[in-house]
Amino acid sequence: MLRWLIGGGREPQGLAEKSPLQTIGEEQTQNPYTELLVLKAHHDIVRFLVQLDECRFASAGDDGIIVVWNAQTGEKLLELNGHTQKITALITFPSLEACEEKNQLILTASADRTVILWDCDTGRQVRKVSSFQSTVKCLIVLQRLDIWLSGGNDLCVWNQKLDLLCKTSHLSDTGISALIEIPKNCVVAAVGKELIIFRLVAPTEESVEWDILEIKHLLDHQDNILSMVNVNDVSFVTGSHVGEMIIWDILDWSVQACECNFWDPSPQLDTQQEIKLCQKPNDISIHHFTWDEENVFAAVGRGLYVYNLQMKRVIACQKSAHDSNVLHIAKLPNRQLISCSEDGSVRIWELREKQQLAAEPVPTGFFNMWGFGRVNKQASQPVKKQQENAPPCSLELIGDLIGHSSSVEMFLYFEDHGLVTCSADHLIILWKNGERESGLRSLKLFQKLEENGDLYLDI
Amino acid sequence: MISAPDVVAFTKEEEYEEEPYNEPPLPEEYSVPLFPFASQGANPWSKLSGAKFSRDFILISEFSEQVGPQPLLTIPNDTKVFGTFDLNYFSLRIMSVDYQASFVGHPPGSAYPKLNFVEDSKVVLGDSKEGAFAYVHHLTLYDLEARGFVRPFCMAYISADQHKIMQQFQELSAEFSKASECLKTGNRKAFAGELEKKLKDLDYTRTVLHTETEIQKKANDKGFYSSQAIEKANELASVEKSIIEHQDLLKQIRSYPHRKLKGSAPCPGESEHTQDQASQAAATSNLDESADTDLYTCRPAYTPKLIKAKSTKCFDKKLKTLEELCDTEYFTQTLAQLSHIEHMFRGDLCYLLTSQIDRALLKQQHITNFLFEDFVEVDDRVAEKQESAPPRPGPGRPPSRSLEECPIPQVLISVGSYKSSVESVPIKMEQELGDEEYKEVEVTEMSSLDPQENLDYLDMDMKGSISSGESIEVLGTEKSAAVLPKSDSQASLTVPLSPQVVRSKAVSHRTISEDSIEVLSTCPSEALIPDDFKASYPSAINEEESYADDSDGAIHFRASVSPPELGEAEEGSLETPPSQIDTSCCIGKESDSLRVPLSPPAHMPLDQDGVVSIPPQRYRQKDQGFHVDFALENANPSRDDSSEGFPADELDPDRLLASRDVSKTSLDTCSDTASNMSSVTSTSSDRTPASAHSSGSSSERHKKRAGQNALKFIRQYPFAHPAIYSLLSGRTLVVLGEDEAIVRKLVTALSIFVPNHSRYAKPVKHWVCSPLHITDFQKWKLIGLQRVASPAGTSSLHALSRYSRYTSVLDLDNKALRCPLYRGALVPRLADHRTQIKRGSTYYLHVQTVLTELCSKAFLYTFCHHLHLPAHDQETPDVVAGRQASFLKLTLGLVNEDVKVVQHLAELLKLRYTQEAPGTGRPTLRFDYVPSFLYKI
Repeated sequence: MLRWLIGGGREPQGLAEKSPLQTIGEEQTQNPYTELLVLKAHHDIVRFLVQLDECRFASAGDDGIIVVWNAQTGEKLLELNGHTQKITALITFPSLEACEEKNQLILTASADRTVILWDCDTGRQVRKVSSFQSTVKCLIVLQRLDIWLSGGNDLCVWNQKLDLLCKTSHLSDTGISALIEIPKNCVVAAVGKELIIFRLVAPTEESVEWDILEIKHLLDHQDNILSMVNVNDVSFVTGSHVGEMIIWDILDWSVQACECNFWDPSPQLDTQQEIKLCQKPNDISIHHFTWDEENVFAAVGRGLYVYNLQMKRVIACQKSAHDSNVLHIAKLPNRQLISCSEDGSVRIWELREKQQLAAEPVPTGFFNMWGFGRVNKQASQPVKKQQENAPPCSLELIGDLIGHSSSVEMFLYFEDHGLVTCSADHLIILWKNGERESGLRSLKLFQKLEENGDLYLDI
Repeated sequence: MISAPDVVAFTKEEEYEEEPYNEPPLPEEYSVPLFPFASQGANPWSKLSGAKFSRDFILISEFSEQVGPQPLLTIPNDTKVFGTFDLNYFSLRIMSVDYQASFVGHPPGSAYPKLNFVEDSKVVLGDSKEGAFAYVHHLTLYDLEARGFVRPFCMAYISADQHKIMQQFQELSAEFSKASECLKTGNRKAFAGELEKKLKDLDYTRTVLHTETEIQKKANDKGFYSSQAIEKANELASVEKSIIEHQDLLKQIRSYPHRKLKGSAPCPGESEHTQDQASQAAATSNLDESADTDLYTCRPAYTPKLIKAKSTKCFDKKLKTLEELCDTEYFTQTLAQLSHIEHMFRGDLCYLLTSQIDRALLKQQHITNFLFEDFVEVDDRVAEKQESAPPRPGPGRPPSRSLEECPIPQVLISVGSYKSSVESVPIKMEQELGDEEYKEVEVTEMSSLDPQENLDYLDMDMKGSISSGESIEVLGTEKSAAVLPKSDSQASLTVPLSPQVVRSKAVSHRTISEDSIEVLSTCPSEALIPDDFKASYPSAINEEESYADDSDGAIHFRASVSPPELGEAEEGSLETPPSQIDTSCCIGKESDSLRVPLSPPAHMPLDQDGVVSIPPQRYRQKDQGFHVDFALENANPSRDDSSEGFPADELDPDRLLASRDVSKTSLDTCSDTASNMSSVTSTSSDRTPASAHSSGSSSERHKKRAGQNALKFIRQYPFAHPAIYSLLSGRTLVVLGEDEAIVRKLVTALSIFVPNHSRYAKPVKHWVCSPLHITDFQKWKLIGLQRVASPAGTSSLHALSRYSRYTSVLDLDNKALRCPLYRGALVPRLADHRTQIKRGSTYYLHVQTVLTELCSKAFLYTFCHHLHLPAHDQETPDVVAGRQASFLKLTLGLVNEDVKVVQHLAELLKLRYTQEAPGTGRPTLRFDYVPSFLYKI
C-alpha cells in the first residue's frame, strides 16, 4: 500500500508470491468497528480473555496478573496479583452457594503450580491451592455435580471449597491439553494423541469418597490433539496437529465422521514450488473450533473451513484466510465469523450462500484442495464433478481489524460493546462500533445536560 | 481566535527589540520633505511622534521632603525607552496632582498622632508639551523618620497615546492597585518593624533615664531639685509620651486589616450588603491578611540604643529608599507586577482592545474553545472562576470587566460636582476623616462594583483631581474606575441623568490649588457632562486629533475611525440615537441595573448576548463594510441549549458565505499595509503587541512562525487541502522526513489545525525516531517521523504501511502525500494558496477565525437534542440519522467531507463535556474505512 514509501516495491511482490491472501481494501463499508481503544496493563503476552458479565471481562497472560476491565469504557477495574508465573488457564467459577454475596468468581491456574479463586468484585483472593505436582493446563467446572476438575499431568477433582476429592494416576508428561464434559458424568481428556474418557463416581451409600475411573482410550488421532469442543448434544469434535478432524458420538464415543487426509500431501503438490512453501505441518494443524446448529467452523492452519454436520462435508472454505496460523475463531449471531491470527490481524467473514457457481474452480474436498494453482493446471478435472462437489457457500471477507503488532491470541465478542482482542504485543484493544458509540455519547451528553438543568431554557 | 481579520490587520508583529523597518533610501530628487519627527524613528502617521520617549513606560516618583519631586525608577529600566523625556519635569507634574490629604499628625481633638490609611488616588493627566499622557497612581507609604510619618509616592504609566490610557483606565487602575497594595503591605510590615525597634529604643532610654534620675535623687539630698534633675524628669516624661505615641501607632498599623474589614459594618443604610462586601473583601484580601498576621510578629533580636533627647533635624539624614521602606521581598514582587503591567499594556490601543474583546468572547465559548485555543487561557479562566465565585454584581457587567474583580478603590460621582469640575475646579480636597466617613470610604473601596449599591456613595467620594500647571490636563480620575465598568457599554451615560442618581450630598471640600486648570476629561465626568458641553469636548482634548486630520489617507482612515470609537467608548450614548439596537439593548440592561428602565423589555437580550454585543461594536466601527455579528455568532453557542433560538443568520449559509467574502476582502485589502497603519496611535517602538494576557511574546512569536510556515506549506504543496482535512477530521498525519529541523518546523506549522482533545496537551508529537505503534495514533494526531535510510528504518516504514488506514502520510523528501480524498469547501477557505495574506500572525488569526466558526457549527450540531435522540418513541434511528444529515448539509451548509470534520469536533465536544474531571477521558481512536489516494508534486 505504501509502496512508494518503502521504495522498489520488492516487499509487496514477495508477499504476493507467498500467498494469495484475500485482502480487502481500505474501504470496508460493512465493517462496523470504527473506533478503538487501546488498553494497557499487561507486561507480557496476553493469552486469555473471559467475559464476567455484560460489561466486564478479565484478561490474563504470561505476566501472571489478571486484570478486570470495563468493556464499555475500557476502564481498568482491578488488577489481581498473586501468581508468580504465567497464567495457563482461566475460567469463570459459579458463585459459592454458602457465600451470601453473589460475587463473580474466577479460577486461574498458573505455571507456578497454583490455582487461585478470585473475587472479581473485590479483587480478593478467595482461596488458593498450591498442592499441584504439575502445571495445571486446563480447568473445567461441572456445575451439575458442584465440582471442578484440573488437568495437568494428572486429573484432579475438586469441590467448590477447593478440597481435593480424588485424582487419577499420572497420565502423561505432556499433560492434558483439553478437557470437556460429556453426558453420563463423563469427561474427555485429550492427552497427546489419545482421548481418555473418565467417569466420575459421586459418593453413594457404599462409598463416601468421590472416585474417577478411566473408561476408555480412543486412539484414532495420528498426532497431538490440539482442540476439542462439544458441538451439540450428540457429538463432540477434536482436531489434531496434522489436520485430522474427527466428529465423535457423545454417548458411545464412536467416530461419526473423520476428515483425516488433511495432512496427507498429495503427490502432485510436490511438484509445485509455491505450494511446497506452505506445506509445513503446522500449516494444517487445527487450532480452534467453533460451531453453530448446523456447522462446525475449524481454524486449520492459515485457513478457515466450514463443515456442515448434516451434509458431512465442507461447505465453505478460505484456504488462506490469514498470513499466518489462525488462533481463535468465533461465530457471531449474524452469520459472521471472526478469526484472529498470528499475523496480528482480526478478520471478519460472512458466510454467504453462493448464488451461482463461482467461475473460479473450487477445491473438491476438505483435505485435498491444496493449491491455488493446481486447479488451473488440472484443466482435465471434470467440470461436472467440480460442480457437484463445489461448496455451496463462501466465506466473504467483510472487514479486517489491524491494530496489534504481534499475534492476536484471543478475542471476546460483546453484543453491546464490541470486540476485545488480546495479543502478544501486551495490549488489549477494544474495538467499537463508532456510530453506536457516538450515539451513546450524545445520550450521555444530554443526560448530563438534564442533570445540570441546562436542557431547557429558563423562561 | 475570534478576532476579525480586518482587525487583525491592525496588529503588529515585529518584536519590540527589532529595529523599526528601514526603507532603502530614495534618491535625493524623489525624496519628500522629512516628517518632522522622523529623526525619532516614528512613522509619520503617529500622533505620538511629539513624544520624546519611544514607548510606554512606568515611572515611579517620590515627593521627597528634602528635594521635592524626583523620579526614582522606570520600568523598563532602560534609558533608551524614555530617551530625552524629562523625567524630573514629569515627576514634578505628576506629583503635583496629588491632591490627597495625606494627613498624619495630631488631628485636632486627638491626643496622639493618627495614621490614616489613605486610599490611593488615580488620575489621568496629559502634558501636551511633552506629548505624554499618564495614568498616575498616588500612594502613601509610612516612614517613621519622615515628616508626618508619610512619604508620598506615585507610579505612573506614561504613554503617548491618550486614548490608550483613557480606555484602559479600568485595567490600569486594577493592575496598579495590585502593585500598590503589594508595596503598602510590605511597607506596613516594615513600618511595624521600625516602630518596634523604636519602642525598644525608647524603653531602653526610659530605663537609662530612670536610673539616672534615681541616682541623681540619691546623690542629691538637699531637698530641692537641681535644674539638671528637672531636665531629666522632663526628658523622661517626653520619652514616656513618645512611648505611648509609638505604641498607639503600632497598634494602629497592626490593626490595619481588621479595621479595614470592620469598617463596613456600621455603615448606615448599607446593612444588607455590607456582609457581602465584607466577606468579599475578606476573600480577596485573604492572602493579605494571612500575610499580615504574621507580618508583625517575630523579629530578629534587636539591641536597643539610647535615643538622644533632641533628635537630629531631618535634612541631614538620608531618607530610606523605597526598597527599605517596603521590605525587599515585597519590593521585588512589586517590580515584577509593574513589569507585568508594562508587558500587559504593550502595544497599541487597537491591539489591546481587540485582545480584550477576544478574551471576553472566548469566555463565552467555554464549551468549544478548548478545541483550538491556546492553553494560556487556562490560568485566566481558572483565576476568573475563583474570582467570579462571589455573586456577580450587576447583570450588566461586561465580562471583560469581570477580570478585574479585585477590590479597586471605587468612587462614584455626582453630576453636580462634575459639572463644576468642568469649569475651573477646586482641586485640593480636604478630607474630613471623621471616623464615620472614614469607614464609609473603606466600604466603597472594598465594595463590589455593583452600581446600585454604590449609588449611595456617589458623591461622598468625590475627590477632586486636578493639576497645577496649565499644560497639565487632568484627563481622568479615579472616578472613572467606578463608572467605567458601565461606561464600557456606553450606557452609563444615561445614568447620571436619572433623578435617582443625582446626589447633593457632596462631602468633599475642594480648594483650588493654583491657577485655572483645564480639566479636560475625566471618564466619569464625561459620562455626566451634558450634551452641550460635550460638543466642545473632542477639540478640547487633543490637538493631535486635528493634526491627524490634516495628514494623508491613512490618517484619514484613523480619523474616521476615532469619532465613533470615542463616541462609543467615552462620550457615550448621549449622542447615540436610541434606534441603534445594540446600544439600546445595553442601555436597557445597564439602566435596568440602575433601575432606570429606558428600553422596553423586548430589547433586553440574554445576559451574555447583550454583554458580548458591546465590545465588538467598537471595532466594527472601524470598518463599516464589515458587519459580521460576532456577538450573535459567538455568544449563542455558549448558551447551554441553543437548539432553539439560534439566530437565523447564523444558520443561513448565504450569510456565512457573505461574511466569508467580506473577511476575505478585508484581509486582502488591508493585510499588510494596514497593519502598518495600525501603529497610528502607538509609539513607534511599541512594536510588540504582547498580548494582554500573560502569554508573553514567545507564544506570540510562536504563533507568528507557525502561521508563516503554514502559509508556506499551503503555497508550496498543492495537496495541502487533503492534508489539513486529515488533521481537522482527526486522522493522524505523519510527516515523514530525514531532516529533523524541517519536519519539526512543518509539524509546528500544521499544529495550528489540530484540534485539542483537552486543555492540557496538544496531540502533536514533533519528532519520533522509533516505529509507530497503534497507541501513538490514539495519542497523537500529528507526528513528525524520522526517515532512516538504513534497514532499521524500513521497520518503521513497515509499521507505517501496516497502520496506513489510520494515517495520512506526508513525505517531505518525496513531496508526496497519501491520504483520503477531500472535496469540501471548508479547507479551501481556510487554506487558500492564492491568499493575499502575507504575514504569519495574520494568517494565524485568519485560521483561528475560520476555526471558531467551525467550532460554532460543531457546537450547534452537538447540542441539538433532536439531531441525536429520537423525538418520540416511535422514531427509528434512521429518521434521526436523516435529520442529522440534513442538518449538517442544509442548515450548516457543509458539503462532502466537511461533515466529517464537524462530526469529529462534535465527538470531541461530547467527550469533553461528559468527562467527569478534565483529563480523565481516554482518547479513543476514531477512524473511517475510506480509501486513500496518493498525491505527488
